[in-house]
Amino acid sequence: MDWLLHANTTTEKLVLMVVAILLFVVVMGVVLFAVDRPKNPPKGLVIGAFLGPSVLLLAFGLVYPGLRTIYTSFFDRTGSEYIGFDNYVRAFTQDSFQLVLRNTALWVVCVPLVATFLGLLYAVLVDRTRFEKIAKGLIFLPMAISMVGAGIIWKFVYEFKPNQQGIQQTGLLNQLLVWVGFEPQQFLLTQPMNTFFLIAVMIWIQTGFAMTILSAAIKAIPDDIVEAAQLDGLRGVGMFRYITVPSIRPALVVVVTTIAMGTLKVFDIVRTMTGGNFGTSVVANEFYTQSFRQNNAGLGAALAVILFVFVIPLVVYNIRQLRITEEIR
Amino acid sequence: MRRSSAALATGAALALVLASCAPSADDGGDDSTDDTSATAELPEIDCAAYDEFGDLDGTSVSVYTSIVEPEQKTQEDSYQPFEDCTGVTVEYEGSREFEAQLLVRLKAGSAPDIAYLPQPGLLKTIVTDTDAAVAAPDAVAANVDTYFSESWKGYGSVDGTFYAAPLGANMKSFVWYSPTMFADAGYEVPTTWDDMIALSDQIVADGSMPWCAGIGSGDATGWPATDWVEDVVLRSAGPEVYDQWYTHEIPFNDPQIVEALDDVADILKNPDYVNAGLGGVDSIATTEWDSAGAPILDGNCWMHRAANFYQTQWPAGTDVSEDGDVFAFYLPAMTEGEKPILGGGEFVTAFSDRPEVQAFQTYLSSADWANVKAVTTPDGGWVSANNGLDTDNLATEFDKLSAEILADPESVIRFDASDLMPGEVGTGTFWSEMVKFFSEDKSSQEVADAIEASWPQS
Repeated sequence: MDWLLHANTTTEKLVLMVVAILLFVVVMGVVLFAVDRPKNPPKGLVIGAFLGPSVLLLAFGLVYPGLRTIYTSFFDRTGSEYIGFDNYVRAFTQDSFQLVLRNTALWVVCVPLVATFLGLLYAVLVDRTRFEKIAKGLIFLPMAISMVGAGIIWKFVYEFKPNQQGIQQTGLLNQLLVWVGFEPQQFLLTQPMNTFFLIAVMIWIQTGFAMTILSAAIKAIPDDIVEAAQLDGLRGVGMFRYITVPSIRPALVVVVTTIAMGTLKVFDIVRTMTGGNFGTSVVANEFYTQSFRQNNAGLGAALAVILFVFVIPLVVYNIRQLRITEEIR
Repeated sequence: MRRSSAALATGAALALVLASCAPSADDGGDDSTDDTSATAELPEIDCAAYDEFGDLDGTSVSVYTSIVEPEQKTQEDSYQPFEDCTGVTVEYEGSREFEAQLLVRLKAGSAPDIAYLPQPGLLKTIVTDTDAAVAAPDAVAANVDTYFSESWKGYGSVDGTFYAAPLGANMKSFVWYSPTMFADAGYEVPTTWDDMIALSDQIVADGSMPWCAGIGSGDATGWPATDWVEDVVLRSAGPEVYDQWYTHEIPFNDPQIVEALDDVADILKNPDYVNAGLGGVDSIATTEWDSAGAPILDGNCWMHRAANFYQTQWPAGTDVSEDGDVFAFYLPAMTEGEKPILGGGEFVTAFSDRPEVQAFQTYLSSADWANVKAVTTPDGGWVSANNGLDTDNLATEFDKLSAEILADPESVIRFDASDLMPGEVGTGTFWSEMVKFFSEDKSSQEVADAIEASWPQS
């Protein structure tokens, strides 16, 4: 049974996969069956059986590393000497890190607002039109692409070649510029515009998410409210301003905060498209660079903690709003 | 009933996702070992050299490295004679994230038996920050004393202890050009720095762009520019200053280094010289290094400074020879008498002292391995500083040229300085500031000052 531990051929690997699936199904089945077995199981047993494994895994996989990261952030690069808040001071005062914090702020402000705004606009415009499904599908498609994939796609879109004899443009955007008669641009090189060109990629991905949630919320507005408003003479923009937006306010907040959380930890796009060069680095990318490439565990941990602290209020607000939406339903 | 079957279905779906991730972790590369017998006849090796390590049959050695496909196959093929001799299985694992992941693995206590470190600076970090590295056995030290020059042994040592024997070697002081284009235009290969500048001016006067350059390389963007600077420091300031420079006996912003940066700027930041077919000076920062030389083939530029391993970057079918489509000349020194060379290479570091690991280290440091590797690399692009390497075994004319220059007693070889500097500088600010040198047009002095400021205190 050596192949169970060291699967070498494709067949062995496939068989191993099936075995793993069966094992998982059996274990899950046993757990579900066992918990259901006693006629009136004590509440503690049910809670323990379902919650216990997750709590253990969370403690081991999330809480412990989290505490450990906070601890490491007070030590120097090798983790041997206690240096207090020096890493944090460095992260907030050094020019290069201030740039990183500024970029992250730009991301967190721009992506959620623009993506949500576009998503909302789109949802309202295509609502109850003939081609709604296709239109929504088109906008939703980028959601299925990984951030790395999107980064690579857009890197091609922004690709720069000079406009001269014997040179073929390979970047879509620059080809368009050349056709219209402009000079090709170094989109990813010029600060600070390059950050916005990266942000555009994230917006491209997230608009679909915003549109889906908001579209569902719009459809959930009770018809009698809409009819009453129409009887009162509300049309178009007025309807949007006084009925649609207030009715879906909780959903809007959830969408904005969810996207903001995803944006805070943006890493893949920056890393694939510029590697954090040309002044485009963000906190998550800098955290990776410091921890793993420059081998500065302390500073990397401090950056991770800063990110963590920024996310907490968003998470709290998000969950509270989510509860409110659920209460309304 | 409906609920529990739904739960089962969810569970199965989850398991599918989990299981599909699991097997990919160990795709070591066993598929490629089967067809090794088909390759060219391997040189005979002396199995007796491994007797002193005892009976090793059935044991295995794990190797972790940044050398991935297509070079991975030629590496694996070159282990075959050793495996046949000793019965040891070499488990090869290549990763593009090697530098970052190796330290993670060392800290997590799951060190590989052997890693090929591309930077002596990384070896130093590992030795000082962890106690994972194991000093090289006597047999390896003996091999290195026999087959390598003193300086190569020094790069594999930390604080007087010898850890790592050199594996492959890079010869970086090359300028790629097109011999046919040069012949048609009546240009001569320059033999001094001034000749090269004069040639560049000549090309400009003839209405063309002499240089192409690119330093993009994913998250390692910037390293090709550090090679430029190192080559120039070695030429304008000399090997002694070079040694003081990377050991930080003189500051990074020493006037001699700033001057070298200015010399680089004279070529790479001169809009008349660069960047043919790729844009203006700032396009150097965004152009990928591996495609930067391609415009030579289209006649858009004439010269591209890149190491010997650039040979593998030319499109298939390109004639790389002394009078073919492309070839390289030695990046000239200031005067004709000197021959400073910028080199690089990997170092075999062990994290275990089991006999089979030591036997494998011994094999890799022997002349036997160097010759086997040369034969198992039929397409070329590989050389070693091992003087037991028979250059006839090397595949291409160009590799022979590289090996000859590396072995030339006139050559003054210095290792890539950025690989010797502490990580924060060598793979950190030196890279990122060189990017700003081009992308933000930072001055030589500003760049040098910024790098000096980042040099670790201790």
